Amino acid sequence: MLVLAGIVVIAAGFMLRFNPLLVVVASALVTGLAAGLDPVTIVSAFGKAFNDNRYITIVYIVLPVIGILERHGLQTRARDLIGRIRGATMGRLLLVYLLFRQITAALGLTSIAGPAQTVRPLIAPMAEAAAETQGNSDPDKARALAAATDNVGVFFGEDIFIAIGSILLMKGVLQSYGIDLPPLHLSVWAIPTAVAASVIHGTRLLLADRRLARRRAA
Amino acid sequence: MIGLGFLYLVAGATFGAFAILSLITRPRRPGNALFYALIAVSFLLGDRLGNFGNGLLVLAIVAAATLGRMRSDNGDAEAVEQRGSLLFVPALVIPMTALIGTLAFSRLPGIVDPKQVTLVSLALGVILALVICYAWLKPAPAEPFRQGARLMDHIGWAAILPQMLASLGAVFALAGMGDAVGGLIGHLIPSGSVFGAVAVYCLGMALFTIIMGNAFAAFPVMLTAIGLPLLIHGYHGEPARVAAIGMLAGFCGTLLTPMAANFNLVPAALLDLKDRYGVIRAQVPTAIPLLIFNILLLYLVMP
Repeated sequence: MLVLAGIVVIAAGFMLRFNPLLVVVASALVTGLAAGLDPVTIVSAFGKAFNDNRYITIVYIVLPVIGILERHGLQTRARDLIGRIRGATMGRLLLVYLLFRQITAALGLTSIAGPAQTVRPLIAPMAEAAAETQGNSDPDKARALAAATDNVGVFFGEDIFIAIGSILLMKGVLQSYGIDLPPLHLSVWAIPTAVAASVIHGTRLLLADRRLARRRAA
Repeated sequence: MIGLGFLYLVAGATFGAFAILSLITRPRRPGNALFYALIAVSFLLGDRLGNFGNGLLVLAIVAAATLGRMRSDNGDAEAVEQRGSLLFVPALVIPMTALIGTLAFSRLPGIVDPKQVTLVSLALGVILALVICYAWLKPAPAEPFRQGARLMDHIGWAAILPQMLASLGAVFALAGMGDAVGGLIGHLIPSGSVFGAVAVYCLGMALFTIIMGNAFAAFPVMLTAIGLPLLIHGYHGEPARVAAIGMLAGFCGTLLTPMAANFNLVPAALLDLKDRYGVIRAQVPTAIPLLIFNILLLYLVMP
């Protein structure tokens, strides 16, 4: 039961805003010591696992390609693609962005959009402007919904891509228990939840439109 | 056979290039360069360092990331020729090659290590896309890697957090954390209730993710505590379904927690929201129904 102290360290460390890497190391030490392991054994176990899990960090080999394409305007092109649907309501605009984000994330293109890349410069202002013409006076609501839509889209799209970190982590953990699975089997089972996320969040977005219309009529 | 050795060589070379270019760009702030160089060492020499050596390497990487004052620049100095929608082509070559390669190499045994077909195909896609970029955009030889290092600087220490959390999971496993958690919450599950086991597994994934700020850290614990002993071995659930749907239940927790600062607090700051939990509040009505959906889905696909 003492080993549960490791979880307390994680929660406290994040709450006190220490660097998460330090918190992880501290938690590993506390957990190991609580289980009666000596420091050398703990460091060795951590080192072995780190070495065995190197493939999780392989995904960053795509950055040179994405970087050079961004340099030549990839993000601008992505923005144009969304910009063409101007004139829509806040709800419809964010719904299209949700699907765009889910589909591109499912293709492994998680970093072509995001809070800094697309939400702040483009999606949030567009959502805010649309909500304003629909009669909403609180800009924070539209902005927060834009950021939320970005998160929902990327979370429930990326696991369909076969080489994303979480799929590789699942593969690695299952492998350590002697269960060998091709990543494709895992990513196929991300599809039902991705569809449910589109339906649930999409419905909320369209209901937000209706609420704005009703408030305006009242 | 092409396998992990090839992949680690490609990754090691990439991080090595990031390190050298960071040092050239900012010789007075070597924090980033040191961080990338140590990761390159891990990729290239990790198998020769031994377990304790790798443990010390991890401590050095953490020290470089936390003490070295890592930072990123926003400035894109000179403008370059902007291109049209064809820019999507090299970007899409990567996932397409990853997908086609995975399917093709699985049918042609002997060329690629069957356990690593996806990652090898991904790496081949990256190399192919890079060749297309060099031929079409004609950048200076180091330019793609300089741009890659710029993006890497934005990600910073967060880049190795998933690998660190996976390693923490291994220490948790060695210390018996999954069993401790299983012992703590195991008696919550009525014996013989598949639905009870599924519900506690998914809710546990979400709850642990809320505490730890990351579904990656919660997954090994909950899989060991409930997923493996009860759902997979006890009720013969298919491992891919248990793992994938459990992870997505964890993602619902990510939408609800300030611990996941990069997703929930950073955007609130970027958008100048008066309420720093505004993004989380906007996510609650999506996260809760989606969590319920995941519980029902996993229950329905259990045998």
